[in-house]
Amino acid sequence: MLYREAGQFKSTYAQDQQIFPILQDRIGMAVLLVIAFVAVPLFGDQYWLSAILTPFLVLALATLGLNILTGYAGQLSLGTAAFMAVGAFMAYNAMLRIPHMPILGAFAIGGLCAAAVGLVFGLPSLRIKGLYLAVATLACQFFVLWAINRIGWFSNHSSSGVITAQRMEILGYPIDTPAAKYLLTLSVVAVMALAAKNLMRSETGHAFMAVRDMDVAASVIGIPMMKTKLLAFAISSFYCGVAGAMYAFCYLGTVEPEAFVLDLSFRVLFMMIIGGAGSILGSFLGAGFITLFPIFLNLASKSLENALGIELSHALVSNTEAVIFGALIIFFLIVEPYGLARLWQIGKEKLRLWPFPH
Amino acid sequence: MDRGRPVGEVLLSVEGVSLAFGGVKALNGVSFDVYQHEVRAIIGPNGAGKSSMLNVLNGVYHPNQGTIRFRGEEFRDMDSHHAAKLGIARTFQNIALFKGMTVLDNVMTGRNLKIRCTFLEQALWLGRARREELEHRHAVEEIIDFLEIQHIRKTPVGRLPYGLQKRVELARALAAEPVMLLLDEPMAGMNLEEKQDMCRFILDVNDHYGTTIVLIEHDMGVVMDISDRVVVLDYGRKIADGTPTEVRGDQKVIDAYLGVAHA
Amino acid sequence: MNFFIEVFVGGLLAGVMYSLVALGFVIIFKASGVFNFAQGSLVFFAALTFVSLLERGWNIWLALAVTLVAMVVLGMLIERTVLRPLVNQPPITLLMATIGLTFVLEGVSQLMWGSQPHGLELGIPDVPIEWLSDKWNINVSQFDLFAAFVAGVLVAVLAVLTQKTRIGRALRAVADDHQAALAVGIPLQHIWAIVWAVAGFVALVAGLMWGVRNGVQYALTFTALKALPVLILGGFESIAGAIVGGLIIGASEKLAEVYLGPYVGGGIESWFAYVVALLFLLVRPEGLFGEKIIDRV
Repeated sequence: MLYREAGQFKSTYAQDQQIFPILQDRIGMAVLLVIAFVAVPLFGDQYWLSAILTPFLVLALATLGLNILTGYAGQLSLGTAAFMAVGAFMAYNAMLRIPHMPILGAFAIGGLCAAAVGLVFGLPSLRIKGLYLAVATLACQFFVLWAINRIGWFSNHSSSGVITAQRMEILGYPIDTPAAKYLLTLSVVAVMALAAKNLMRSETGHAFMAVRDMDVAASVIGIPMMKTKLLAFAISSFYCGVAGAMYAFCYLGTVEPEAFVLDLSFRVLFMMIIGGAGSILGSFLGAGFITLFPIFLNLASKSLENALGIELSHALVSNTEAVIFGALIIFFLIVEPYGLARLWQIGKEKLRLWPFPH
Repeated sequence: MDRGRPVGEVLLSVEGVSLAFGGVKALNGVSFDVYQHEVRAIIGPNGAGKSSMLNVLNGVYHPNQGTIRFRGEEFRDMDSHHAAKLGIARTFQNIALFKGMTVLDNVMTGRNLKIRCTFLEQALWLGRARREELEHRHAVEEIIDFLEIQHIRKTPVGRLPYGLQKRVELARALAAEPVMLLLDEPMAGMNLEEKQDMCRFILDVNDHYGTTIVLIEHDMGVVMDISDRVVVLDYGRKIADGTPTEVRGDQKVIDAYLGVAHA
Repeated sequence: MNFFIEVFVGGLLAGVMYSLVALGFVIIFKASGVFNFAQGSLVFFAALTFVSLLERGWNIWLALAVTLVAMVVLGMLIERTVLRPLVNQPPITLLMATIGLTFVLEGVSQLMWGSQPHGLELGIPDVPIEWLSDKWNINVSQFDLFAAFVAGVLVAVLAVLTQKTRIGRALRAVADDHQAALAVGIPLQHIWAIVWAVAGFVALVAGLMWGVRNGVQYALTFTALKALPVLILGGFESIAGAIVGGLIIGASEKLAEVYLGPYVGGGIESWFAYVVALLFLLVRPEGLFGEKIIDRV
């Protein structure tokens, strides 16, 4: 009875085109934002802020980036981690080489550089589609990591390519506590998620989806193939690049190129699938699920150890985790290809009709 | 036939267009023209090259020979993006809607060429982006009203029955406010009632918006009823061209349909 | 010059290894349109199972037979549980499912056999052929030559299987058009099961060869990814393409590493194959042996 849109009449198209046309959604979002911005940093403990919530937000942003390219524009990429790497290392270099560089500016530079790399590796998408393109994005993954490893400039010639993120401050306030880093991440992610939502509900997003669903028809109604695909690559890599920069600055602090191996690309891909391809909300749900799942598994194995009085090896736990992740992906693809976001939507529709389902 | 707008001058003329896939000649020196505000049908047996002809007209296929003149401009071949810009819209034989999107979004996408604001403005939802979105929403709603699909506005097109999908595809094409509309078997697979509806919509579009219509259709009754002139293709060649009555009496056409052995 | 030939031949032979993995991809893709990203994991699984059985004191032939059975069963099991429920899904979905499968297979094999690396001996030493090195001063590994021979036999067997037998004809029919094949009474699922079993077998052969060359370890799954550029070059559906593509990739990447590598800091083997494939795609998107596709609308 609570979740009803009855009585909420839309008398203008402007009202109908709001992001959240239903009042309850607006209230829910406001409450969520208040909790995230106020309650969590006030009451959340250090471990949760720095080891769970911050990486969750960062990975959600990366997933969002991948979602724009794969979920919306239909171009499968296996090179997400490479774009994140570009973002991380270029943001580091921006801080290092440009005096008085503001941290948000460095993030933006990281993102823009990633977008440039994305453009270059998006070029093949003009001639090839689908599976061939997926393989092409692997080229990006391997090439970028090799370049960062081998070319000393990227890591300021540090040994083994490790970089340490510089101190961050905004308007004189140092960003050095877990809560501050969390808030910075949250703000960036919130703004970028809003922008993505806007983008996906306007002409650009429609063009992406048109290319995804039926490319011949898309070009016939005048959607420029080249521009649309390249724009998808650029925007997507920008998001991944900013996520990579925050991965380095807000989460890890000290980063080696190996933080961005193919496995991370896959993890982000999994987040997208489990959360829901082609859904902004899904990016968050998927990232949340995959961030929390190992923690849950850890707790489960701990209690199992206690209950049985044995010790499970680390390898056992991590291999089990891999198996469960893989199986979950297959399960979701078979049972609910649109992921958690779709389940959420079904739940909402049920709730709308409840308690009279007919 | 009685029309709101008189048939005007030559809008499109096709000169000696040939198209081959490997060794197969899909079109062989086809020439015809289309007048403004006219309803022009292309008919012919299966494999006659009708769809190929439409594909050449809006640049999905590129002919090996021949020229296309549209609104006074001459082209060796069309590019589909450019064709859309010139005002050529199109529906497909096997519905080519964007399955993951709602009806409204599909039709909105049809207006993409009219959007002026950049993606950055859209991302920030600034003044112009918001204003344009509203403007186009009004235009799109008008088309939605016109084709009587208001009730399914927010439904993902994948869930719609076939007949409605065809109508949505027409709506998407109309959203571009085309000068010329190419319809590839708009009534294929419909029942009688749906066909009648579709005929009415096509004539209304022609009447109300003055859109020139080129259509492929198998149902002879429909073709004879709604078209001003008919081109008949067989094995990639034009075998007849004229008013429905002329074409109906043409011996070559009768032979092509009844299957006289080709010497 | 001798050195060049040595590098070139070494590269070609290394390419054969890629071809062996690529063959597994091609067989499955041809018959079911599934791009099996997990082929590398199947190779790893096969090699690890075999070597673990050997280390437990099994007779080599017994171990081989048991592994073969295991691979065939595994192949069919994958078809039954993963791919069959996903019939008619878009290729990208299938690809993502096989990426998930990669994680399952790698996890399971390490849960079963542990994650330490193993060495593998098949009785053919990985040493240069004597008369070649004596006479021409060119070092070509005996084992590499053996692997090439095995690959040749494998391709011949596959060719006979697909061209001369009834199953082969059914296979090609299915590859051409699922629906039509089904309509003329070819048992689709039966064929797919066979295809996956064959892919399991090919994975075993590849696993043995790779195992001897590089040891049986987790990194095998990454090396196996090199089969992907091979596929791009050769086309996803061509057995000949898999072989030729493998040779080209193998030779060009070795030559590049030796002659180009020193100028750019080395290690370019990690990406060179992909970039070659990518550049190639820009020129000929359908691959060496693929057919041009006409979009019908």
